[in-house]
Amino acid sequence: MEKKYWKSTEELNNQVVPDYNENLIPEGKNLLDLIDEEIAQKPSSRRNFLKFCGFSFATAAIASSCENPVKKAIPYLNKPEDVTPGMASHYATSYFDGSEYNSILVKVRDGRPIKIEGNTLSDVTKGGTTARVQASVLSLYDGLSRHKSPMKKGADTNWASADAEISASLRTISAAGGTIVLLTSNIISPATKKLIEEFKAAFPGVRQVVYDPVSASGILMANRDCYGQAVIPDYLFDKAEVIASFSADFLGTWLSPVEYTARYAQSRNLTNGEKKLSYHIQFETGLTITGSKADKRVPVKPSEEAGLLLQLYNEIAAKAGQATAPAGATHEAITALAGRLWESKGKSLVVSGSNDPNQQIMVNAINQLLENNGATIGFETPLLTRQAIDNEMEELVGQMNAGSIGELILWNVNPVYDYYKPEAFISGIGKVKLTVSFNPVMDETQEYVDYILPSHHFLESWDDAEPKRGFFSLSQPTIRPLFSTRQPQESLMKWMGKEGDYYSYLKNFWMTDILKAGETEWKTTLQGGVFQKETPAATAVTLNTAIVAPAAQALSASKKSDSIEISLYQNLSMGNGMHTNNPWLMELPDPVSKICWDNFASLSQETAKALGVTAGNVLNINGLEVPVFLQPGQAGGTISIALGYGHTRFGKVADGVGVNVYPLATYENGTLRLYNAAAKVEMTDREYQLATTQMHGSMEGRPIVRETVLGSYLESPDAGNELHAEFEKKHVTLYKETEYKGHHWAMAIDLNACTGCSACVIACQAENNIPVVGKEEVMKTRIMHWIRIDRYYAGDEKNPEVVFQPLMCQHCDNAPCENVCPVSATNHSSEGLNQMAYNRCIGTKYCINNCPYKVRRFNWFRYATNQKFDYNMNDDLSRMVLNPDVTVRERGVVEKCSLCVQRIQEKKLLAKTENRPLQDGEILPACAQGCPSKAIVFGDLNDPQSRVSQLFKDPRNYHLLEELHTLPKVGYLTLVRNSDENKA
Amino acid sequence: MYKTDVRGPLILGDKNYRQISDDVIAPINQPIPGWWKVAFFIALLMAIFGVLALYQTVAVGLGTWGVNNSVGWGWEIINFVWWIGIGHAGTAFSIFLLILRQKWRTSINRAAEAMTVVAVMCAAIFPAIHMGRVWLAFFIFPYPNTRGSLWVNFNSPLFWDFIAISAYLLISASFWYFGMVPDFATIRDKATSKIKKAVYGFFAFGWTGSSREWLRYEALSYVLGGIAAVLVVSVHSIVSTDFAVSVIPGWHTTVFPPYFVVGAIFSGFAMVMTLMIIIRKMYKFQEYVTDSHLNAIAKILVFVSLIMGTAYATEVFIGWYSGSEYEMFTFFKNRVTGDYAFQFWAMVICNAFIPQLFWFKKVRQNLTIAFIISIFINIGMWYERFNILITSLSKDYLPSSWTTYSPTWVEIGIYIGTLGLFTMGVLLFFKYIPMIAISEVKSVLKVTSVNTNDQKHMSHE
Repeated sequence: MEKKYWKSTEELNNQVVPDYNENLIPEGKNLLDLIDEEIAQKPSSRRNFLKFCGFSFATAAIASSCENPVKKAIPYLNKPEDVTPGMASHYATSYFDGSEYNSILVKVRDGRPIKIEGNTLSDVTKGGTTARVQASVLSLYDGLSRHKSPMKKGADTNWASADAEISASLRTISAAGGTIVLLTSNIISPATKKLIEEFKAAFPGVRQVVYDPVSASGILMANRDCYGQAVIPDYLFDKAEVIASFSADFLGTWLSPVEYTARYAQSRNLTNGEKKLSYHIQFETGLTITGSKADKRVPVKPSEEAGLLLQLYNEIAAKAGQATAPAGATHEAITALAGRLWESKGKSLVVSGSNDPNQQIMVNAINQLLENNGATIGFETPLLTRQAIDNEMEELVGQMNAGSIGELILWNVNPVYDYYKPEAFISGIGKVKLTVSFNPVMDETQEYVDYILPSHHFLESWDDAEPKRGFFSLSQPTIRPLFSTRQPQESLMKWMGKEGDYYSYLKNFWMTDILKAGETEWKTTLQGGVFQKETPAATAVTLNTAIVAPAAQALSASKKSDSIEISLYQNLSMGNGMHTNNPWLMELPDPVSKICWDNFASLSQETAKALGVTAGNVLNINGLEVPVFLQPGQAGGTISIALGYGHTRFGKVADGVGVNVYPLATYENGTLRLYNAAAKVEMTDREYQLATTQMHGSMEGRPIVRETVLGSYLESPDAGNELHAEFEKKHVTLYKETEYKGHHWAMAIDLNACTGCSACVIACQAENNIPVVGKEEVMKTRIMHWIRIDRYYAGDEKNPEVVFQPLMCQHCDNAPCENVCPVSATNHSSEGLNQMAYNRCIGTKYCINNCPYKVRRFNWFRYATNQKFDYNMNDDLSRMVLNPDVTVRERGVVEKCSLCVQRIQEKKLLAKTENRPLQDGEILPACAQGCPSKAIVFGDLNDPQSRVSQLFKDPRNYHLLEELHTLPKVGYLTLVRNSDENKA
Repeated sequence: MYKTDVRGPLILGDKNYRQISDDVIAPINQPIPGWWKVAFFIALLMAIFGVLALYQTVAVGLGTWGVNNSVGWGWEIINFVWWIGIGHAGTAFSIFLLILRQKWRTSINRAAEAMTVVAVMCAAIFPAIHMGRVWLAFFIFPYPNTRGSLWVNFNSPLFWDFIAISAYLLISASFWYFGMVPDFATIRDKATSKIKKAVYGFFAFGWTGSSREWLRYEALSYVLGGIAAVLVVSVHSIVSTDFAVSVIPGWHTTVFPPYFVVGAIFSGFAMVMTLMIIIRKMYKFQEYVTDSHLNAIAKILVFVSLIMGTAYATEVFIGWYSGSEYEMFTFFKNRVTGDYAFQFWAMVICNAFIPQLFWFKKVRQNLTIAFIISIFINIGMWYERFNILITSLSKDYLPSSWTTYSPTWVEIGIYIGTLGLFTMGVLLFFKYIPMIAISEVKSVLKVTSVNTNDQKHMSHE
């Protein structure tokens, strides 16, 4: 019998299993039949159907409309070898805007340049930057002012037809013996210079005129006459023990500020073991950062300078036993200075910012008497960034008006804005047959030109530079050109009928003329960005003494005038006015006046009283209406006004802000003077409000910036900082102190090295996506900068001592902001950073109130994509500059300095992947990276060998408001002046 | 057990129980008076303006205010503290006077408590709206969440504040509401319209007036009263820690908790006086809220005013005695003299000097003057908060960040809005809720009437 398997007793006993599942489909029916029956049984099934339909449509409609639009990013199909999304690459390139040179690294993230850093390989700029350089990356994305295609008489055209027409006309004009003028800014590119020579050869009649609105013609002409070389020598501020500057703002805007700042900081360094400090005296009209740093500052009227130089020459000549010149002024400061200079013969330096060749001849003569040539002044590697001789432009404008110029090609110049006689230039340009402008952005001059052939932004271009003789550097594109633009060099090549592009021309030129080597060297150089030829052996220069006496004679004729003198200057943000449309620079407060978004007439209290005006009034100066600002330290009887403002056709930020004061400049003795003694100054009944970021200038006797003089410092290194030890002794707490086991980040700032140049402010703004808020908001104390330069005055109001203090979040270990946040949005990291979780912040602003340093910033509005804040976060193109590593903050949250936590993390990860410990100095926050004087040092306190640990042990180190026991992790090193009152 | 030989009767006019019920309920049954409509309309306009200002704040951002990166708090926190202070009176009245067995409170406490609830609601608007991201205000709740171990910061005075205010609002409102239950029942019983019967019946909780219910009612009063007594002290002490816990000169002061509590009681009593003078006048409650009631409030005010004066003097003295240059600057160069001297002296004169007029009986009895003084105290207390907030923040440690502050129309608008809301709330209270605690007043009536007879009797002897 078959074996029986059973699974239940019922089955075993053949009982009927009851069918519990009544819902099963009955036999003989399928599911569809059942559904049909079901539906048939329902009353009004069609209505139900419509109901369901309606519901599902509505749901679908709502669901789809609620969804956020999806923005698709297209990934690489094949990953390029050297591109990793999310990882930044750095390209070495060079910045040159026509007057200022900087060797830089450009940080490129996912194909877009987002940040500029100093290139430490460069022996010229040594990794330092200025605010203008830092901000230049933003102008790349200025989609509104940059031209997007070539234009002919205001209408779009194409390159081919423009090329055909221009080269045809070039040929006709050239053939007819007409003059073609290339009106350029200073050109320091050797390849371009060679190309221009070829261009001249191809078209006889081509002439190059170099035009610089703020030229150094005075120095160039003086040196041509004195030494037979029209160059600017190397000023070695680091080797000088006594520095005398006559209105040369060498730390701010004069010639090569980054280079000079680094050298100056070296001569003022007390952290390198040497207990030496140079002595710096500054004679100047308006208060500059250079004057602020000086050990002694003498406010003088511009007309006084000639007399002072004569006096100095005479006193030194008397000491040297040489013939004296006609008598000059009798200023006691000069007498004292002459003694000092003579004592440090061969280790002193006299510089002058004047554009008067005679004054520069006197300066040369003084330096010659002091035997400074070859010691603190070098002619081996002179500066080549300034070449313009003013009278060439003067002649050109005359010729244009005479109708003798056939074609004018404007290259990186904007004379309608910055020439001192714009009407003469405008009438002249009307008489030129054909005019071409290469400027990449719209400007005032382009209103009068026939062709606009926009060039690339420098970050899109190939180029090279020779800022100083023997020092070469390369520029490479960091992004494909955004618009239909072309390098001017390529235009010249096209018109000449030269084959190839500028890149191959440049490469070829470098391999044959500069490197004299092959492809490998070219690539290495391109990677490093810089190349240095062997420094030629020191060549002794001899002063042509014959010209000193006539110069002195000429100077003795000029006397100190009694009229109100106008002195025009470049400020740190605007320079000569090329960068005015940059919102970052526009909102950068001047470190001395603390004003942004305007230029203004600086007057001393007495001068204002004499004129019957006060702050907030408006002066009429030769028809230009300029608001009054009372500036302590301004020389009596003078008015200083910044250049670079008052554009009319330059872009949404620049237009209508401030006043263009170039027309106040004068032309005298073959050079342009940023000075006017004959201006008519009248009071108006207009009122005007300036936006300032610091309303109170006195420290109120609080130990905020601690200061001492060299004599006291040498006696005891903690001079002026006795409080620090006292507070350290009182350090006690009831609570268990936090231990930082891994890193403990800290920052030390040497107040002696900081010049207030504000490069850090813009570097931070670029790195951390800090919004620009506009004048109205600045006036409401709502500027967003994470690092600010506090400026305090001390002493006499007529000639105060000025101190700068860069201030960012102090990253207190006992942070008052942290314990008051109800939601712990701001808290302490295990590495000692005070951090902000933007997502968590609900914006009670309690932390802002409880921060004794007031470094926290609130997002009062939505600054990104808001029509009201139409600066650089309101359109897709300019938002490309944003750093993807840093959140763009929403409205209603608090933000502040993070010590560039994204950079800390990046380097930590790098060290980890390379399986090595972090090196000291490897992590550089944006502010420290861009600092030209390296005043900011960042590092790990847990590493006793780190520089920051060493500096924290320096007796000069103190913490701001340490009496509050907030235990800041930012330390300041006292300011030491080499003051006359050495025993103070 | 309770003798009023000295005090005289608490309720005038030889009322009986029925009369009391009728008098108090009268405004509820009578048609709405014209002045009420006008006042309500104006208050409504003010509230609408406030809503507009709030809309501007939320839609555009806190940038529409005058506050800035140095002065992070402005009118909104001044007004918050001011309203919380006013919101102190009701509970303080009921609890402290209950503890001190001051029976005269019975005719005032209901109105005072109503004022408390409305004022605290007005106050509660500010901490919410001063947030940059008010839509995330719920982050301040210590709720379990999916964000890992993310929790609120129990060290933050703002969190304490949030807890203290919500607790205070909850307890004050409950205390006020449960006290009204028997009165709602009275209205229900007397109501003729069906709707009224239903509505008041709903709020009366089915009250029958049995002795068991009275027992429970009393017990609840004591429990809530006990909790509220603590809260009255704690809420403003905690508000004061918003300042006292900070490091800012002029804020970092140990005197703040008692100083704030006393200040709050001061402003609350002043507001009670303002309000009672109006109620008395408008609803002819002179027999319930008698001159002696106002006299008593005035006496309390003069006493508290002395404490306020002492507190101000202490603050300034400690500022000097501390030897801290920052404190010295805040008190002597930015309050007593300097940019904000007007606000400082307005505070001192309104709060410490003007109330001293109450020493004179004639002043206490002249209701016009009393009314004006009570308004002065309210203004003075507003200036006190202005002083604390703005002077300290505008010029603190680093002169580089010193600035000034002035409000914009939006901030003023929100304040006007809360004034409107407060007025609306009070007007609604006038109309729909018995302004005087009927049951409690009845309890004092019995005693006083007996005593009156006793006095008559005694005089015969």
